[in-house]
Amino acid sequence: MLVSAAPEPTRAPATEPTVVGQPVIEARGVRVRLGASDILHGVDLRVHRGEVVALLGANGSGKSTLVRSLVGVLPRTAGSVELLGAPLGKGVDWRRVGYVPQRVSAQSGVPSTAREVVSSGLLYGRRLRLPGGWRERTDEALDMVGLRDRAQDSTGELSGGQQQRVLIARALVRRPELMILDEPVAGVDQPSQEAFAATMRRLVDEGLTVLVVLHELGELAPLVTRAVVLRHGRVVHDGAPPAPSPGHALAGHEHVHPHDDAPTGAVPQADTGLTS
Amino acid sequence: MIDELAYMLTDPLMQRGLVAALLVGVTAPIVGTYLVQRRLALLGDGIGHVALTGVALGWLVGAGMGLVPQDELAIPGAVVAAVVGSVAIEIVRERGKTSGDVALALLFYGGIAGGVLLIGIAGGTQSNLMSYLFGSISTVTGADLVLTVILGAIILLVGLGLRSALFSVSQDEEFAIASGLPVRALNIAVAVVAALTVTVAMRVVGLLLVSALMIVPVAVAQLVTRSFARTMLVATMVGVVVCVAGLSITYWRPWSPGATIVVLAICVYAVVAVLRPLVVARRRGRQSDPHPDIPDDVELAAPGTVPAQDGRGTGGGPCSA
Ligand SMILES: Nc1ncnc2c1ncn2[C@@H]1O[C@H](COP(=O)(O)OP(=O)(O)O)[C@@H](O)[C@H]1O
Ligand SMILES: [Mg+2]
Repeated sequence: MLVSAAPEPTRAPATEPTVVGQPVIEARGVRVRLGASDILHGVDLRVHRGEVVALLGANGSGKSTLVRSLVGVLPRTAGSVELLGAPLGKGVDWRRVGYVPQRVSAQSGVPSTAREVVSSGLLYGRRLRLPGGWRERTDEALDMVGLRDRAQDSTGELSGGQQQRVLIARALVRRPELMILDEPVAGVDQPSQEAFAATMRRLVDEGLTVLVVLHELGELAPLVTRAVVLRHGRVVHDGAPPAPSPGHALAGHEHVHPHDDAPTGAVPQADTGLTS
Repeated sequence: MIDELAYMLTDPLMQRGLVAALLVGVTAPIVGTYLVQRRLALLGDGIGHVALTGVALGWLVGAGMGLVPQDELAIPGAVVAAVVGSVAIEIVRERGKTSGDVALALLFYGGIAGGVLLIGIAGGTQSNLMSYLFGSISTVTGADLVLTVILGAIILLVGLGLRSALFSVSQDEEFAIASGLPVRALNIAVAVVAALTVTVAMRVVGLLLVSALMIVPVAVAQLVTRSFARTMLVATMVGVVVCVAGLSITYWRPWSPGATIVVLAICVYAVVAVLRPLVVARRRGRQSDPHPDIPDDVELAAPGTVPAQDGRGTGGGPCSA
């Protein structure tokens, strides 16, 4: 069922030395209980500098739960998490961490512009006020996701995919060394996915470490150095990313179409063997 | 007319009232913007109910101590009860349990029923009670005003000084936590500032209408703005105008100041809501095609039947991805 599991993470980006230094994310035995049920049953995850780790698994396998507990949004019932060498909490250098949550369509009650939302990425840890030059930095981040001309628009006026890019810009604006992204390209059209992959490639070449939840590798496939697969709250694979099956190149067209009038019939894809 | 205005401004009672109204007009919409953003629009109501118990407790203590105006401690009592109540509400909210709703309801109803009972026990009259429920600007003393100014300053300091951080937690709490921000402290700051606003506004509009001053100006602003900063600014301007104008009207008309102010605010809302299509239409006229100019990969069947090119006319949002 699973892809051939290689024992070692391979294919580190060419520009990065393959030195295994201090882990950037170090999670041991993470257990999370939500409501009455245990969602994660002791997950170990270690991400080293320069890696691009894809977190895969079927819907409901606990991917979001895992990343949310990694950034401290969900409490653990057991286990430990270290980010950038510091235990989760005040000691973490939050400026170096950028988090992109899985998009929720719920709008907050008051309209806010893309620029305002992105600028909140400049606040972290004990920094409660915007730094000087925040406007330029915010516009720069919006530029990276191709939304500079929408800076003044209310996020409610943006499409779902554009809102997703605003959230990515909000994480990018602090120029993080580690990015944790939860399904950043779900529901994003093909050209935007390609643009996103190009941006990520540039940042990874500059040394960014990435943990990204994906439903399918898609455009990011060439960047991914390792895949971790969750199933029912447990890691069932940690190693080489699943090889794209024949016809994978078309997968993006089938799944993430901007308008649901794709000429080809949407064939449920079974290439990774991960989706049920 | 000018004479009458000048005469009104020399009336010390009116002077105190106007200063209080001005402060309320500025602070209530600022705090209200955060409450609306976090979808806690009715929090002010809840705190108002709880504050009534505080008023009554202060009264009871004052009466017990034999203070000369028996309600000397009413406002301090309201401040304490409102702060305690708002922090309790915040803790219930943070727990996020389904029972939170019920807990809040108990707090609200308990607050108002307890207040009415206790004021009766302390020897207060119906009209004393009414003055707290619906405001009585004419009873604002110099000491009240000093307290109001101090509380107003605290509200402004927190509400404006921490604006970016409060925006961040109110807009996306999960991201704020994942940024290592002191989210609980910021949430409690909003709750406490809301409580202080309730007590500041209590004398002007009364506990039952406090929430209207926090919410209606924001609702007006939302009709015409697209950004958080501008919403807060416009709401504050609306708040100041209706508070000062409403109170001034009651100098000549024997109307309840609180009710006059709130009715005025709702009239402003109605007028703006009616005029809004004109404003929005003009704005849209200036705008170019909102659709992003990127190639899509939709193979159109025939050039004649283009589905997604209707951006200008109907003004529907950008095509959704
Ligand atoms: N707040 C919650 N309370 C109870 N169960 C939850 C909650 N959030 C998620 N779950 C459950 O946890 C499981 C994992 O969810 P999630 O981590 O979002 O999955 P994924 O991101 O992999 O699709 C699902 O079965 C979901 O129903
Ligand atoms: Mg998820």
